[in-house]
Amino acid sequence: MTDTLALDRSLTTGTVELRTDRGWLAVCATTGLVPGRGVAVLLPDGRQAAVFLDRAGRTYAIDNRDPFTGAYVLSRGLTGSADGHPYVASPLLKQRFDLATGTCLDDPSVSIPVFETRTTPEAAAAA
Amino acid sequence: MTAEANTAPTTGAPTIVLVGHGMVGQRFLEALADRGLTGAAARVVVLCEEPRPAYDRVQLTSYFAGRTPEDLSLVEADFMARHGIELRLGDPAETVDRAARTVTARSGFTVRYDQLVLATGSYPFVPPVPGKDSEGCFVYRTIEDLLAIEEYAQRLQEQRGAASGAVVGGGLLGLEAAGALQGLGLDTHVVEFAPRLMPVQVDEGGGRALRRTIEDMGVTVHTGVGGKEITAGPDGAVTGMELSDGSRIDTDLVIFSAGVRPRDQLARDCGLAVGERGGIVVDASCRTVTDPAVYAIGECALAADGRVYGLVAPGYEMAETAAAAIAAADTTGFTGADTSTKLKLLGVDVASFGDAHGTAEGCLDVVYADSRSGVYKKLVIGQDGTLLGGVLVGDAEAYGTLRPLTGTVPPISPEQLVLPAGAGAPVALGPSALPDEAVICNCHNVTKGTIRAAVTEHSCGTVPEVKKCTKAGTGCGSCVKALTTLVNDELELNGVTVETGLCGCFPHTRAELYEIVRTLRLTSYEQLLASHGRPEAKDGDGCEICKPTVGSIIASLAPTLGASGYVLDGEQAALQDTNDHFLANLQRNGSYSIVPRIPGGEITPEKLIIIGEVARDFGLYTKITGGQRIDLFGARVDQLPRIWARLVDAGFESGHAYGKALRTVKSCVGQTWCRYGVQDSVRMAIDLELRYRGLRSPHKLKSAVSGCARECAEARGKDFGVIATSNGWNLYVGGNGGADPRHADLLAQDLSDAELIRLIDRFLMFYIRTADRLERTSAWLERIEGGLDHVRDVVVHDSLGLCDELESLMAAHVSAYRDEWADTLADPERLARFVSFVNAPEAPDPSVRFVPERDQMKPDLDLLAGPTLPVRTLEGTVSR
Ligand code: SRM
Ligand SMILES: Cc1cc2nc3c(=O)[nH]c(=O)nc-3n(C[C@H](O)[C@H](O)[C@H](O)COP(=O)(O)OP(=O)(O)OC[C@H]3O[C@@H](n4cnc5c(N)ncnc54)[C@H](O)[C@@H]3O)c2cc1C
Ligand code: SF4
Ligand code: FES
Repeated sequence: MTDTLALDRSLTTGTVELRTDRGWLAVCATTGLVPGRGVAVLLPDGRQAAVFLDRAGRTYAIDNRDPFTGAYVLSRGLTGSADGHPYVASPLLKQRFDLATGTCLDDPSVSIPVFETRTTPEAAAAA
Repeated sequence: MTAEANTAPTTGAPTIVLVGHGMVGQRFLEALADRGLTGAAARVVVLCEEPRPAYDRVQLTSYFAGRTPEDLSLVEADFMARHGIELRLGDPAETVDRAARTVTARSGFTVRYDQLVLATGSYPFVPPVPGKDSEGCFVYRTIEDLLAIEEYAQRLQEQRGAASGAVVGGGLLGLEAAGALQGLGLDTHVVEFAPRLMPVQVDEGGGRALRRTIEDMGVTVHTGVGGKEITAGPDGAVTGMELSDGSRIDTDLVIFSAGVRPRDQLARDCGLAVGERGGIVVDASCRTVTDPAVYAIGECALAADGRVYGLVAPGYEMAETAAAAIAAADTTGFTGADTSTKLKLLGVDVASFGDAHGTAEGCLDVVYADSRSGVYKKLVIGQDGTLLGGVLVGDAEAYGTLRPLTGTVPPISPEQLVLPAGAGAPVALGPSALPDEAVICNCHNVTKGTIRAAVTEHSCGTVPEVKKCTKAGTGCGSCVKALTTLVNDELELNGVTVETGLCGCFPHTRAELYEIVRTLRLTSYEQLLASHGRPEAKDGDGCEICKPTVGSIIASLAPTLGASGYVLDGEQAALQDTNDHFLANLQRNGSYSIVPRIPGGEITPEKLIIIGEVARDFGLYTKITGGQRIDLFGARVDQLPRIWARLVDAGFESGHAYGKALRTVKSCVGQTWCRYGVQDSVRMAIDLELRYRGLRSPHKLKSAVSGCARECAEARGKDFGVIATSNGWNLYVGGNGGADPRHADLLAQDLSDAELIRLIDRFLMFYIRTADRLERTSAWLERIEGGLDHVRDVVVHDSLGLCDELESLMAAHVSAYRDEWADTLADPERLARFVSFVNAPEAPDPSVRFVPERDQMKPDLDLLAGPTLPVRTLEGTVSR
């Protein structure tokens, strides 16, 4: 556990990528992410994703649209973890979304799309 | 009660008529309902003279502290309907025909009774001095009296800026009235015929200490003299009062508070026996000695022990007794009661209980007096060591414990009971040490055993639940502290942990975390979580509750901890709520609003023009806020730096509208322009705003400064509000607008500029240190043990020896302050976060769009409502 943490964090020169239906998309350098905070990503098809880094160095990506308000703001929420599940709380009305599954923790009937992420040592171009 | 309560009484059911719907009358109705003597079982008719149902007369003065007449009501909205009681408001009883058993009210309404209960209370005694009926003379008994006093005082102040008032009578009520006048901004006098204040309750030593405290509040005290004549001007309005020693007070308003007399006229008129000094004579079951069908309860009754009680607790006991007698139930009867009291006057701690004057034979006094701090405590001890009574002035902390111990031999020596905590006294003797029979709530006669049973048998889990279940603490409120301790102790004994932790990550309160961060000089959340987090949370990511809380604590203490004062540096960035994270306020469509600081609401035309130009150039919606400044709405993240570059250039700074921090200090135009102003309120508002700008706190902080008592800046609705007087400034704290409005309480008065600032420094730092997360000063003041008195002790009298430290914390904040937006613009790394998309820094966010409205624009919400958006993409325009 601590090993992976050290390992992931040592990838300071790597690139965070996100899988779209058109292939892997480079998001930013790992240094562009702050643990516990998100960034917004514009996808090639015009959609938006929110990408997060947790304290253990893992990356997550979910849809950026808050389904409760329709605003594209989830990347600006505060993250946390509940029973080991990392989540982001919407900055508007504070509903929490599981970063790994996209399920709303406060209303399980609502869920949002999630994206696969990976960290590569070198920059990769959008496919 | 069951549904049948609403049905009309069956024929043959008795009729009970109650005359007077005051505190005791209402308690009598509740006692009837508890015994099932309402609804179908009996027709109950109430004749009420006042225009509103029973209210809490004991808390009357709190009307001036912002409680509304509705707040004071003692009657639940559906009480009368639920129990089928006929309440006739504003229709007093005028005659009683005992032979026919009828009562006739002013409206002509006549009702036959089987039982008649008189609960007509008392009337204020007005000494027969010449001029007593002049305009501007008042009594202090009903809500209507208070409304009239307030209106008159305001009218005076409007007409001539300042006014003064005098209270005739320095007893419990007189001092309450004086406190109220003082609070209304009047120059206040108290005239007491006896040689000391509160002669009935306190002895000579207590009177001296009390006088000092009252004088320190700015009230002028005249003892040993009486009012001889009220003088009036040609218009019939009061101009002053001649005193018995030949001196004179110039005053515009007089309140008579020279004692009360039982309202027994109705009883006299129908031939019921009354005492020599008034009061309807009743026996131990509260039945009049003249007529077995008529009862008298409360302040109008002369009880079986030959006394007329002027307090509510004995009245409540009489109400229960009479209801029991009517229900023909067994009753212990009413043969006398405790007359302990605690004064509710702002800023004065006075209590007396039991045999306060030591009248019992052979009794001894134990006295502790500290004239420096105005503390005087006396206990009266019987020959066998029994505690008989006592007087507490200046520090009535021990009242809750001592009063219930009256009549017992206390478990520790009397000296230890009166010594101040810390002066060699052992751990304070708490209510836990009391026996189960000890009466904790005097107003409702609730014992410690009953309170414990509420927790153990009726499974009440909180203080409000216990209050509801037992009524304890719902009268004068003086027992609430002891009650809270008891309830929490009992819960703990029952294995219920009273959970006070901030969130799932920390078992500590915000105040405890503050102390930990301060003493261990921690500068990171990660360190704090590792060292003090709950074990199960240590490896986690924290949560949205503790992160901003810790971020705020670190920011408040930054200069002292040696942490960066910039809230977005390093790890701190991850702790901030979204608004602080972008130094702007997030709006519903994902855009941001911008509020530049406009200290005191004062702005030059030049700067106004700049704001206009910026708004026009960036197409921002513009609105004047409720905080005397200007809000620019509709900026995208990536526009914020460019907008702020223009504003900073023109000399604007962040207004922290986004932070739990000082917002604005509103001002009125004050002395410079206004014909009434007595100080330069604008300058003071600007000084305060510049001093406290950027200060991060548990919740937002608001302030205002008014140039005179007319209060155009609404300072009493603020966390700290300042109102000018001809001698300086009055400081009010704990005000709040919002969902639960509260008027601020007077903390100190007639302060110089320097004194004012020093007190605010201390007050704010003490609040920041001890408040809970998102607890405004108003809620904090109501929650914190000892309330306003305690806060005053700490910040005015330095009772905790903290003031030097509080002042130096503030000094550090003031000298370390830097404008967040100027700092952001100066650093490319800091600026880098202000983009809509990390992978397309130049691209504007297509979801932020606007539509026109009233010559400006508003968010296009239709755009957000759809499941997906038609947007411009990186590759060209596609529609999804
Ligand atoms: C802009 C403004 C309304 C306006 O158009 O006038 C405003 C707007 C908001 N108010 Fe307010 N309040 C504004 C003056 C007030 C006032 C009046 C005043 O300050 O004199 C009050 C009552 C006074 C008080 O605070 O005691 C007020 C009581 C609240 C409350 C209730 C606070 C409470 O203790 O109950 C909230 C909710 C909160 O803070 O938790 C609130 C929260 C908000 C928020 C922050 C809601 C939110 O979280 O989005 C709004 C943000 C607007 C924005 O994004 O810019 N606003 N708000 C005013 C900004 C004043 C300024 O210049 O800074
Ligand atoms: C400012 C203030 C502070 C006080 N503080 C305390 C305190 O700290 N502790 C304490 O124990 N006590 C305190 N008291 C005293 C307490 O309020 C009284 O003891 C209590 O209200 C007595 O209740 P009551 O029902 O007998 O009289 P009241 O509450 O006065 O009610 C009598 C009612 O009868 C009505 N009435 C009179 N004649 C008629 C008629 N002919 N027909 C119909 N209605 C009629 C009156 O209008 C009145 O509404 C305080 C009183 C005041 C004014
Ligand atoms: S503007 Fe200021 S000085 Fe003038 S009446 Fe109002 S509060 Fe008093
Ligand atoms: S003693 Fe007055 S409310 Fe309890």
